[in-house]
Amino acid sequence: MAEEVLLFGVWGSPFSRRVEMALKLKGIQYKYFEEDLTNKSPTLLKYNPIHKKIPVLVHNGKPIAESQVILEYIDETWKGYPIFPKDPYERANARFWAKFIDEKCLPGIFNACWGEEKQHENAVKEACELLKHLENEIGEKKYFGGEAIGFLDIVANFIGFWLGIFEEASGTKLLTREEFPKLSNWVGVFVSSSGIKENLPPARDKLIAYFRSQFGTGSTDATK
Amino acid sequence: MANSSCSDIKVLGAWPSPFVMRVRIALNIKSVKYEFLEETHSSKSQLLLQSNPVYKKIPVLIHGGKPICESLIIVQYIDEVWSSGPSILPSDPYDRAIERFWAAYVDDKIFPSMKLLNTAQGEEKTALVEQVTEGLVLLEEAFQKSSKGKAFFGGDRIGFLDIAFGSMLGWLRAIEKMGGVKLLDEAKTPGLVQWAESLCGDGAVEGIIPDTEKLVEFAKILVKMKGH
Repeated sequence: MAEEVLLFGVWGSPFSRRVEMALKLKGIQYKYFEEDLTNKSPTLLKYNPIHKKIPVLVHNGKPIAESQVILEYIDETWKGYPIFPKDPYERANARFWAKFIDEKCLPGIFNACWGEEKQHENAVKEACELLKHLENEIGEKKYFGGEAIGFLDIVANFIGFWLGIFEEASGTKLLTREEFPKLSNWVGVFVSSSGIKENLPPARDKLIAYFRSQFGTGSTDATK
Repeated sequence: MANSSCSDIKVLGAWPSPFVMRVRIALNIKSVKYEFLEETHSSKSQLLLQSNPVYKKIPVLIHGGKPICESLIIVQYIDEVWSSGPSILPSDPYDRAIERFWAAYVDDKIFPSMKLLNTAQGEEKTALVEQVTEGLVLLEEAFQKSSKGKAFFGGDRIGFLDIAFGSMLGWLRAIEKMGGVKLLDEAKTPGLVQWAESLCGDGAVEGIIPDTEKLVEFAKILVKMKGH
């Protein structure tokens, strides 16, 4: 049976790139459709009527939305490269930190970069506390997944790449080597890993300019 | 894993929490005995602070000394560890994805609106009722697709999405009562009305979802405590 895998995404989105990373790690052929978020295609709206967001994976006509849900689906559907750990406790741990990244780190980091000026110092402090948890979690491991890239590394792509973009765009530095030596190491390893480096957005300047245009140039002084 | 002793498995929780109810229902489905350690509302135990240092919240499942946090993550853990018991998630990856999607929808959209509805007045209240009702109508559609004419989202037996949404029923009814509103409605969500009855009558759910009156009383105490 001819298999059809479609992905609706946006070149600069970490959520979209997560799905691409997983598909590429598994060696799955897919057709990619770039969406214009200011003018969403009728196809996207048909496949994700509830949230009207990217990414959406469509497998043999059946749509799946929400990047973490898609990652689980990819790992369960296609054998080959294992994205999730086998052990239930490790799986629960990976899911826990993935949720932490999306629900706490993303908004916390966003707030530190583009929040209200008078809250800036507090927001930076809070964002660093959140990053500290990840610093502890990576520990001495090469990847969050151990010896190889796993689910949590893929979800942490935001920390691995987009955090740096946010820092440059807003002028707020959060992830310093002094305060986060282990996480900084992981970032370096992550962005240069095969399977990841080819899938990061090109045109870094374009991406920085995009975030600046969306959210402004950020709180005035970099506190780090 | 089927022969773990009861003391091997602890649930840190509190009776009014719908998130805690999820964990207890899942353990019941697997016929797993556990020790329930009730947290008080006013102060958090050392064990809780140690087991969940990131969020300091219930529920926490402690299995063989290792803590697992976040209710839906705990439910999946339970399903994977006690794999010989009845399955909680469906076997087909697409069906699993659909259930995970809607469970996230309950947590991200329905529950927060329900919570706000509890203390809302006037125009805000009307808007929230509409929001929750719209969400429930979407869930009704999902239910019709997923259940394929059977009693539950999971088919013949309670599954992941039944647990995720079913755990909210106690508070849903309490909020309906306190607010004088109808959220689950025969006209708009007939399937869910029937589903709610089936769920509350299920053996795994028995004794877990508190009576509406008890939750209403508890809500009143909470409001007083917060000095509204």
